[in-house]
Amino acid sequence: MTSTPSEPVLRIEDLQIALPEGADRAFAVDDVSYELNAGEILCIVGESGSGKSMSANAMMGLLPDQVRPTAGHIFFDGQDLLTLSEAELRDLRGRRIAMIFQEPMSALNPLMRIEDQISEVFEAHNLLTPKERRARTLELLNEVQIPDPEKAMQAYPFQLSGGQRQRVMIAMALALEPDVLIADEPTTALDVTTQAQILELIHDLRDRHGMAVMFITHDFGVVAEIADRVAVMQFGKIVEKGTAEEVLDNPQHDYTRKLIAAIPKLHAEKQEMVTSPTPILEVIGLCKTYRSGGGLFGGPERVVKAVKMINLKLAEGETLGIVGESGSGKSSVGRCLVRLMEPDAGSVFLAGEDMAHLKGEKLRSARKSIQMIFQDPFASLNPRTKIGRIIAEGPIAHGVPAQVAFAKAAELLELVGLDKSALDRYPHEFSGGQRQRVGIARALALEPRVIIADEAVSALDVSIQAQVLDLLADLKARLNLALVFITHDLRVAAQICDRIAVMQKGEVVEIGTAHDIFNAPQSAYTQSLIEAIPGREKELAAAS
Amino acid sequence: MTDFWKRYQRNRGAVIGLIILLAVVLVAVLAPVLFPQSPWKMVQRPFLPPFAMERFPLGTDTLGRNVLAGLAHGAQVSLLVGLISTLVSLVIGIPIGALAGYFGGWVDDALMRFTEFFQTVPNFALAIVLVAIFEPSVQSIVGAIAIVSWPPVARLVRGEVLSLRSREYVEAAILSGQTNATIIWRQILPNTLSPIIVLASLMVATAILLESSLSFLGLGDPNLMSWGYMIGAARTVIRQAWWLSFFPGLAIVLTVLALNLIGEGLNDALNPRLSRKGK
Repeated sequence: MTSTPSEPVLRIEDLQIALPEGADRAFAVDDVSYELNAGEILCIVGESGSGKSMSANAMMGLLPDQVRPTAGHIFFDGQDLLTLSEAELRDLRGRRIAMIFQEPMSALNPLMRIEDQISEVFEAHNLLTPKERRARTLELLNEVQIPDPEKAMQAYPFQLSGGQRQRVMIAMALALEPDVLIADEPTTALDVTTQAQILELIHDLRDRHGMAVMFITHDFGVVAEIADRVAVMQFGKIVEKGTAEEVLDNPQHDYTRKLIAAIPKLHAEKQEMVTSPTPILEVIGLCKTYRSGGGLFGGPERVVKAVKMINLKLAEGETLGIVGESGSGKSSVGRCLVRLMEPDAGSVFLAGEDMAHLKGEKLRSARKSIQMIFQDPFASLNPRTKIGRIIAEGPIAHGVPAQVAFAKAAELLELVGLDKSALDRYPHEFSGGQRQRVGIARALALEPRVIIADEAVSALDVSIQAQVLDLLADLKARLNLALVFITHDLRVAAQICDRIAVMQKGEVVEIGTAHDIFNAPQSAYTQSLIEAIPGREKELAAAS
Repeated sequence: MTDFWKRYQRNRGAVIGLIILLAVVLVAVLAPVLFPQSPWKMVQRPFLPPFAMERFPLGTDTLGRNVLAGLAHGAQVSLLVGLISTLVSLVIGIPIGALAGYFGGWVDDALMRFTEFFQTVPNFALAIVLVAIFEPSVQSIVGAIAIVSWPPVARLVRGEVLSLRSREYVEAAILSGQTNATIIWRQILPNTLSPIIVLASLMVATAILLESSLSFLGLGDPNLMSWGYMIGAARTVIRQAWWLSFFPGLAIVLTVLALNLIGEGLNDALNPRLSRKGK
């Protein structure tokens, strides 16, 4: 390479990318300039729709059909990438600039062994002999620290865990020793402990290979862990850029300040326990086992014990967090509580009545007192039903006259901070945060005493997430609701929960007040979870 | 609605299909006005070739009947049979598919085995047998076509319902205490509408073909002039009088083609994300 150390590897100048007509703004990316130096990690941070992935996609020639760069340059190694032909770009992709994606399962070919997928990278660029490819593949898998690389080479993607798959993706990206690695939300789909490992791996590899890393993320915790420099994007423009310390510790732009303020603080207040004499919800010995396969010709049956003998108590007006990584059984517990899933054993006493063994009409009326808020605001509202109807449907089903139910729906909309005019509109006219408010209004329509929130804020941007959490806390206090808050995000749990139950592999490994869990975790697993929270060290350092 | 029309319009073939179909519908509706006489009535000498006489632009058949009048009245029969038999098969197929998909378990097993029972018998053979048993009449033909064409509807609806059933808004409806019937009717079925509409437009085309085939074999309603009957009656004289089978054949081809084009256009308009890249 001829570039001197001061010369950046990649320089983007005044980049402008136009969106097709009818989009919510004219340019996906407008007047964006930044540079990337060798051996540096640049984090591009923004909320959904900020255009943070667009400049990277333009670089790789991965823009959707109707979206075209209209001005600016992307200089890489003296060439403007925007003027290169498809063939020239193809030669650069993978060899000089590599990319890893958010969801490793969909980025890997499900029908190809790992070995073949990695050696395909060499094959595509006509490099090495088949034997050398094999040797290099093994070397790469070793480098990304996959346990038992020999075996992993022979595995199919579905046989690996999420973290292992992301390691394979990274190995593929590293295969040809690129100068630039683009990582588009590479840890968003991963559990917090796996995320910490992958971040460490990317950090390590950067040190060893001296490549430039462009890390696209929405998570300021991740930024604090990994970034050297940061660029914050909003509505397609860079509103602030600087070193990680400058931006995180002394943000200049209002938007950056707002974003950082919206991150739930890892700090749980010590508070008086609300002790109500009789718990509103009591779970005793809840078990749920999944069986698949088996049958007449299905071979051996696969049995997964998702929930093993869970006991929980929830007092009136209390918020209980159920925290765990994917596969810990936390969502199964929530679904068993409301009987969207049949528990195999155990009892769920709701105000003294055993929900787990009710049937038919009795179950229907008991469910009025226990409602749920769902994760995905886009999937949880019927796209063909108006908002008013969505909220009023429950009461109408329980015999409330339609007129009364709709009047109530209007009140509920105001309660959750939406305008009454929303009644006659369809869900697609609303943003994710607004839809989640509708979901909350729907849950409240039946005047429940317990609400189960299953990852209710996980799909939302951090600023929206903060608003919804505030709304939930406010409603809870006003209506004296008991809340079961299921989440993978310990920061969120710290903010809203009175008590927290930590689940691992179907069991509750620790239960206690939020304050105790965060300040004096008893089990090793809880400790490892808390240590893995991105940005925690920085926060601790700032606090002391 | 305007949005829908915009997307539909993007498919040129679909617009052409719609124009052809509208023309056919117009002819069918106006048939009694344009040709008030029965199409069975002899009006000229037999085997009059097309364009020989102004009054009979498509000529006459073996018995001296007006071919154009036959085509116009046949359009009525074809469209009616196509439409009604499709409606009947939707009425059979949608509930079966919805129940199977929604309840799953043994309900699903029983209903799907029942569906497969109909699917394993070749369509056309079953239709012939049914019409032969029940005497050829419009009712029996519509019934036979409906009975052989509902299984794909049931399968399609079941598949859609299966995937919709696990959506969060359906779970929310279950929690809010809505009855199964309300959930199927209000939450699930409206969301299966687009694939059903597309399938139905194609089924009308298939039904028209089936009716023509049955009439061709002499299993049509003896009191109604239909395109299939006209071709069937003319097959013995195809070398002397080509126009007798050509024009009804053309009518069938155009109508079926139009319906298929419309089906594709509806698919593009109703499932914008699945539509092929517009370039």
